[in-house]
Amino acid sequence: MSAAPYVVAGWLFLMGCHGLATSRNLIHAVGCLAVCQSSTYVLLLAVGYRSGATAPVFSDIAPGSRPVVDPVVQALTLTDIVIGATVTALLLSLVVQVAKRHRTVDPDELSELRG
Amino acid sequence: MTGELPVLLGLLLVAAAGTGAVLVRDPVRQSFVLSLLGLSLATLFLLLQAPDVALSQLAVGSALTPLMVLLSVRKVRRKARSERREERE
Amino acid sequence: MTMRLRMWVLALGGLGVAVLYVLACLNLPSFGGDRHPYGDRAVRAALARHTANTVSSVNFDQRALDTLGEESILFGSVLGTVVLLRQTRDEDRQQPEPARVAPSVRRYALFALPVTLLIGLYIVTHGQLSPGGGFQGGVVVATSLHLLYIAVDYRALERIRPLGMYEVADAAGEAAYVLVGAAALLTGWAFLGNFLPYGTFNTLSSGGTVPLLNAAIGVEVTAGVVVLLARFLDQAVEIASTDEEAEDPA
Repeated sequence: MSAAPYVVAGWLFLMGCHGLATSRNLIHAVGCLAVCQSSTYVLLLAVGYRSGATAPVFSDIAPGSRPVVDPVVQALTLTDIVIGATVTALLLSLVVQVAKRHRTVDPDELSELRG
Repeated sequence: MTGELPVLLGLLLVAAAGTGAVLVRDPVRQSFVLSLLGLSLATLFLLLQAPDVALSQLAVGSALTPLMVLLSVRKVRRKARSERREERE
Repeated sequence: MTMRLRMWVLALGGLGVAVLYVLACLNLPSFGGDRHPYGDRAVRAALARHTANTVSSVNFDQRALDTLGEESILFGSVLGTVVLLRQTRDEDRQQPEPARVAPSVRRYALFALPVTLLIGLYIVTHGQLSPGGGFQGGVVVATSLHLLYIAVDYRALERIRPLGMYEVADAAGEAAYVLVGAAALLTGWAFLGNFLPYGTFNTLSSGGTVPLLNAAIGVEVTAGVVVLLARFLDQAVEIASTDEEAEDPA
């Protein structure tokens, strides 16, 4: 049990890399990159978890009454999720431009074009 | 360790959804699997006592990213379709 | 590179990463362990500054400079997308036809729009108290506006979405964050220091500069996401290159 989150994070990362390397469509590749990103979220939150603890929010519990999980990794993850979405948008707009200029979104055809 | 069982189930769900998102090769279908991955990640984060992160993942992963993928697919396909038509003529 | 060779390179790289990753994980604290030195210190610092939501305190007070970097990435990505997806000279705008919406969809979307908008604003403003904040609430507010596209049509969305204003708001959010940080310098604190009085614990005005920075991020994320979605919708619905005919209904 104690290794399961780390295994899942590693699995997601390697699966995403596999998808990136074998993808025949750049839009699909951007989706695979999103899977790679989500592996880092799982890893970070797994590092910060504490058994039997509650969320690090003190609006409804008295401070010190219960153990809380690590808020630092949560802060890292939460900003990265929103930033990651805007970077995905930037990548997708690059794909739209590639499709306009080269009339294909297959990475293999694109490298053939360049010769 | 029975208290950790929901976390384990959430992890399995995330692993399955992530694998599916890579193996589904059609971007339109992939965007649906990505939104499923977003939902399962949000559930997992909630179980890991991270409501802030779950909220963020719910808004971004299940709505925003799949929507942008779908819009890009539509743009790219629309272009390809009109070109195929030209070739035929 | 042939597919076969590529798969070999991939397998080799994947194996290398897997081995290094396992070795690294052996030294990580075990899952669910009780030792979190950084977390405990962050919680103590957040309580000392009267911020109930520790995560917001880390984002907007203890590590506010990191968040400035993060939001600059956001700003840069939005800027890049706007430049990449602009209308070029060989492209035309087509006015989309108003589509017929099923009455039940329209009723549901028109009901959900104000509710979602309100939830989004609540999440932004209560970031220092309960789970939420500018990042999450901003995305909710921005996507809720697009329910109007589902309920009515694209032109209705364009009417409530003066895009220029949102682009200005995006920059204003970024600028406000830096200005609040600079104001701390004037009062003798470090850049982005929490120079305001901390207020009463667990009230809306608690946390010093946390609510201000939180609101600045909320404005920036809302405006940024609206601009992003507008650019993608423009490309998918309206803009067509001149050699492209009107879209067939298929």
